[in-house]
Amino acid sequence: MADASNNDAFVEFERVQKSYDGENLVVKDLNLIMPRGEFLTMLGPSGSGKTTCLMMLAGFETATHGDIRLGGTSINNIPPHKRGIGMVFQNYALFPHMTIAENLAFPLEVRKMGKSEREAKVKRALDMVEMGAFGGRRPSQLSGGQQQRIALARALVFEPELVLMDEPLGALDKQLREKMQFEITHLAHRLGITVVYVTHDQTEALTMSDRVAVFEDGRIQQLAPPDKLYEEPQNSFVAQFIGENNTLEGTVKEINNGVALVQLDDGELIDCKPVNVSKPGERTRVSIRPERVEYNKDRLSEGAHTLKAEVLEFIYMGDIFRTRLRVAGNDEFIIKTRNAPDQVRLQPGQQIEIGWLPEDCRALDA
Amino acid sequence: MSALPPYATTGQRAWYYSFRVICGLIFFFLIAPIVVIIPLSFNSQDFFTFTPEMLRLDPEGFSLKHYRDFFSNDSWQSAMWNSLKIAPMATIVSVTFGTLAAIGLSQPHVPFRRAIMAILISPMIVPLIISAAGMYFFYSRIGLQGTYIGVVLAHAALGIPFVIITVTATLVGFDRSLTRAAANMGADPVTTFFRIQMPLILPGVISGGLFAFITSFDEVVVVLFVGSAGQKTLPWQMFIGLREQISPTILAVATILVAISIMLLATVEMLRRRSERLRGMSPS
Repeated sequence: MADASNNDAFVEFERVQKSYDGENLVVKDLNLIMPRGEFLTMLGPSGSGKTTCLMMLAGFETATHGDIRLGGTSINNIPPHKRGIGMVFQNYALFPHMTIAENLAFPLEVRKMGKSEREAKVKRALDMVEMGAFGGRRPSQLSGGQQQRIALARALVFEPELVLMDEPLGALDKQLREKMQFEITHLAHRLGITVVYVTHDQTEALTMSDRVAVFEDGRIQQLAPPDKLYEEPQNSFVAQFIGENNTLEGTVKEINNGVALVQLDDGELIDCKPVNVSKPGERTRVSIRPERVEYNKDRLSEGAHTLKAEVLEFIYMGDIFRTRLRVAGNDEFIIKTRNAPDQVRLQPGQQIEIGWLPEDCRALDA
Repeated sequence: MSALPPYATTGQRAWYYSFRVICGLIFFFLIAPIVVIIPLSFNSQDFFTFTPEMLRLDPEGFSLKHYRDFFSNDSWQSAMWNSLKIAPMATIVSVTFGTLAAIGLSQPHVPFRRAIMAILISPMIVPLIISAAGMYFFYSRIGLQGTYIGVVLAHAALGIPFVIITVTATLVGFDRSLTRAAANMGADPVTTFFRIQMPLILPGVISGGLFAFITSFDEVVVVLFVGSAGQKTLPWQMFIGLREQISPTILAVATILVAISIMLLATVEMLRRRSERLRGMSPS
């Protein structure tokens, strides 16, 4: 690429590497291009390098190698306070010695904005997060959820084009978290801001983002919209990390017309979609989502390979049934079925046959 | 301490009461020498002992003559002014450098931070007479011996450890993401320091400053070495008064100093509690 900064790229990471000790790379060869207005989530287990990436973008860490660009200009040599990026911190980082209104006015004050304009903007930002009545309080007088809203308002009050969020909902209880997930996404889309959101909660990543970057071992394992990520994982790490997943191990027998025949370790044969296996003889991990497993023979296509399974446990979860099976020596094979009036409730000990559409069963790297 | 439970054994009962007695004795041992000078300073005689009139609580036995002497005598007055000129300056220097040192040494990337910290704290540990003698020779070489600046610097060196210790203690609870948040919102490092960090570590800075002030205000050994007649401070004058004149004016001065110390401590503690309450922390 002669000119890497193409027109619709707003945030760019180009061949970025980061090492804290000069030996181990925490971030390895990161390449990422984000268009303006995108809500991108960096998802990964702790230690995968996602927070380091966010800190490099904010300017609190410097990249050991590579280039980070914002709106086409390299920001490697710009200190954090001149980057103009909004940020919501994990612990909110509200200034405890200032009132809520003073907290929000702080970024405007350091920009030398006039008093009346400042007050108008603070008021608008507080109203935006429905906290208009709390301007005179101190952070310690607010609940966790309220502090979270204030942190959000403070990151947005100076109208940055890019806002970073570092696990902002981690400290909230489940109900509040779900409510805030929707509020944040609605707000981001309404204001048209670009958001980089870091989380280790995959539900959050799936429900909020335009695209999700799955981090592991300092690399992006897959960068895709939520539905692609869930339905078409590119490797077995992503398949395991996103959502619930059943894994069976085996060897590729043949690949024909986009269908791979895999012999499982107990000798049974199944049809799969080859994703990152290329030739017969390769070891593979086959991945099937629990809700794509079918045990009603009428719904399976003619000639589909089926496997024998023994029901080990049936769990009633209200909206769905969750059944644990023994399949090809795997005792943790889960299937999920919708609680519908005609749905069969399986009994422990029952012998059944299961199958699936070949495209739902993905042969991934071992 | 909780009340004695009904199932306490005889041994526990005995310990329960003797513990109280021991505590009382220790407290008496600490406080008696200070308390006893207060009535003695109102003695109408030039003695360091309780006269029979005083013991009878006869008004004749009491007077303010030693206080009058303190406020009219030129050598006491100049000593007081010297102290009042030296202590605040030494406090300002200690607080400035001590706070900066504490902040610098709290950064994890600073090399040899433990060693540097130990050196800065050493004036608190090294016997005062050794520091004083060292300062005497060093300051003589560079022309600071016998000067106002010399005494201020010497006292600042003694005060800095207190500031470093108290400020370091407040920095332990300081959330680094606050300074990051400030930088992220566009504040340069200087603005961040004065608007965010300083107000939050202020209680530690104030306590350290108070200790530094009292150290300078009380100090006699170093000033004897480093100072000259022009820097004769109150403690120095008291030392002379005790050795050469045995004048009960010392008792009046001591009472005034105790009163000032108590007032300072009370004021600062009130300020500290107020500022902690303002930022929503519970006063500790």
